[in-house]
Amino acid sequence: MDLAFMAETWLALLAGLPLTLRLAGWSVLCGGVLALVLALMSLSRHPALVWPARAFVFVFRGTPLLVQVFLIYYGLGQFRPTLQAWGVWWFFREAYWCALTALSLNTAAYAAEIIRGAILSVPYGQIEAGRACGMGRLTLARRIVGPIALRQALPAYSNEIVSMVKATSLASIITLAEVTFIAQKLIAQTFRAVEIFICAGSIYLLINIAVTRAILGLEYWLSPHLRAAPREPPASEAAHA
Amino acid sequence: MTYLELMGFGPTGWGPAMLRAAGMTVVVAVLGFLAGAVFGSLAAWAKLSRVRPLRWLADGYTTLLRGVPDLLVIYLFYFGGSAALSAVARMLGGQGFVGVPALLTGALALGAISGAYQAEVYRGAFLALARGELEAARAVGMPPALMFRRIVAPQVLRYAIPGLGNVWQLVLKESALISVTGLVELLRQSQIGSGSTREPFPFYLTAAALYLAITTVSTYGFGWLETRSMRGVRRA
Amino acid sequence: MPEPIVSATGLRKRFGRLEVLKGVSLGAEPGDVISILGASGSGKSTLLRCLNLLEVPDEGEIRVAGESIALRQGRHGREPADRRQVERLRQRVAMVFQSFNLWSHMTVIENVIEAPVHVQRRPRAECLAEAEALLAKVGIADKRNHYPAHLSGGQQQRAAIARALAMRPDVMLFDEPTSALDPELVGEVLRVMRQLAEEGRTMLVVTHEMGFARDVSSRVLFLEDGRIEAEGTPAAMFGNPASERFRRFVQGRG
Repeated sequence: MDLAFMAETWLALLAGLPLTLRLAGWSVLCGGVLALVLALMSLSRHPALVWPARAFVFVFRGTPLLVQVFLIYYGLGQFRPTLQAWGVWWFFREAYWCALTALSLNTAAYAAEIIRGAILSVPYGQIEAGRACGMGRLTLARRIVGPIALRQALPAYSNEIVSMVKATSLASIITLAEVTFIAQKLIAQTFRAVEIFICAGSIYLLINIAVTRAILGLEYWLSPHLRAAPREPPASEAAHA
Repeated sequence: MTYLELMGFGPTGWGPAMLRAAGMTVVVAVLGFLAGAVFGSLAAWAKLSRVRPLRWLADGYTTLLRGVPDLLVIYLFYFGGSAALSAVARMLGGQGFVGVPALLTGALALGAISGAYQAEVYRGAFLALARGELEAARAVGMPPALMFRRIVAPQVLRYAIPGLGNVWQLVLKESALISVTGLVELLRQSQIGSGSTREPFPFYLTAAALYLAITTVSTYGFGWLETRSMRGVRRA
Repeated sequence: MPEPIVSATGLRKRFGRLEVLKGVSLGAEPGDVISILGASGSGKSTLLRCLNLLEVPDEGEIRVAGESIALRQGRHGREPADRRQVERLRQRVAMVFQSFNLWSHMTVIENVIEAPVHVQRRPRAECLAEAEALLAKVGIADKRNHYPAHLSGGQQQRAAIARALAMRPDVMLFDEPTSALDPELVGEVLRVMRQLAEEGRTMLVVTHEMGFARDVSSRVLFLEDGRIEAEGTPAAMFGNPASERFRRFVQGRG
């Protein structure tokens, strides 16, 4: 294997890293907020909120992300005059915004299901104990349901973030020069597919390992109650109590 | 042109082409899924083996393929496969670039990707198998091959069905990426159609609807399989 | 006669086609310790849960501290007309559950100060000091920094009692507080409850513990088939039961 070539390739690919990270970071963030809204809608008891949320999740989980990207980038381009009249054409003209929109909507659909499941998994007794203390809905959500559901959702959410990091590669198809875009161009020029795959792959793998580790750390930090019991307090403290 | 004329089955309609392409999507997905079953069961077997290097190899495979964009894997198979074939052809005295059939590339790439996910599904299903059942089979003197065929395989498949359903949905959606190799499946056909009519929206919308139809039917199909196969298993 | 702290009049509650409460009335005056007995399915837990509106009765009135809880007909059956009123009154009626329901993500002391700090908005330092005292009282001061998962059932239930006491309630509701415990852990919880009764706290206790009902309570209420079949002082009820059904119920339990 040609190490000099690989080193050169790696550096060339790194030029796409900021865009990859930006796409992944923003889509996870925006998608996460939307996911929370969707999850709350589908858990509400109003059909007018439940059905739109369900339909959204059904459509975005049931179709390929690339189709969603094309539908937004090329498909909406067909309505340019209308979009111009509404003053949003600047947004849909840019491949970046379109990719970000598609990625965010897509992850929102998957994450909504994760959040919904996590909220439903909160033991009913814990909620009831809160209500019995006179907690209002907001206090209950902030102090009891939120923290327990967050802990519950983390492992699945970690997988979802990894999927999103991988999914940013689809932006290359609508000409965004992130890591995969550069890799594809290099392969087409040099035909050294294996070396370039190893270089590009290692970049994604490293990001994903970092994400997974970080969330594992967060999980550990958030679940002292699942770890071993603390040591008995020092005698003085026990005596004081 | 109205939507119906555009997507219909008349002289100017793209309906037949879109349906054919949807068929191709299903074909490449099924082939990819089956190839993935082969890769996946081999990897699961290696993960469960006592030979340490085998386990490392399998763990490396699943970690890599689940951590790297599928598009990159597809490029690897598409360009790498062609490069390898061209090299072989040169050795045999031929010249120039030899392309690998897109369907083959697609099926192999999807197989490699879904194999990494299927490996985990099979492994989990095998571990769910009650130890006692294996011992019972050994106790009645079943040879390993017979035990695998009569006891292990059917049970593992049964436990694997829900997980396999998820992998199938994944493969179905990932198959859209094969369009970059030029295989005329549903998404590629939509690109062709929108290029020649300059009406991308109806084409991609139709593609989305057809994907949705296929995934929905699959969901029901796997649900049916699951209930059927879970006869005789007590619900937890 | 003093005004009851909590009272119910003509409570009816049905779940689907099953009528669980068929018109029940009761009142608890300050210092009352009322044991509610009955076979499973007699409606005793539902009755208790109606008193702090964890279940909304289909008919009847509930009064807490002289205030009638306003109910109205909603889309999904009867519901509180004023959520805030219910939240306010629940702070005066604390509840101890059969399955403890301690918040799993909080330590024992955090469980105890949660409602005083975040619902009643009392100063944190004051709540902490009070919580320490309450934990000492129920005998688990040394477990203050443990999570519920690290405690035995008896310790969890005592922590839950401390959590209920921390709200400085007027009444305490106990919903089969010892039913989920291993037999050897029942005693420690009953001891704490007996201590509370001796302090003159107002308590309503749904229980299967005949000993507690006979020795500790000031009044015993026997529910059968959604109605109060018999009620009276423990002496009258256990000494010479007027109700044949209650006599058989007690005998069946030895």
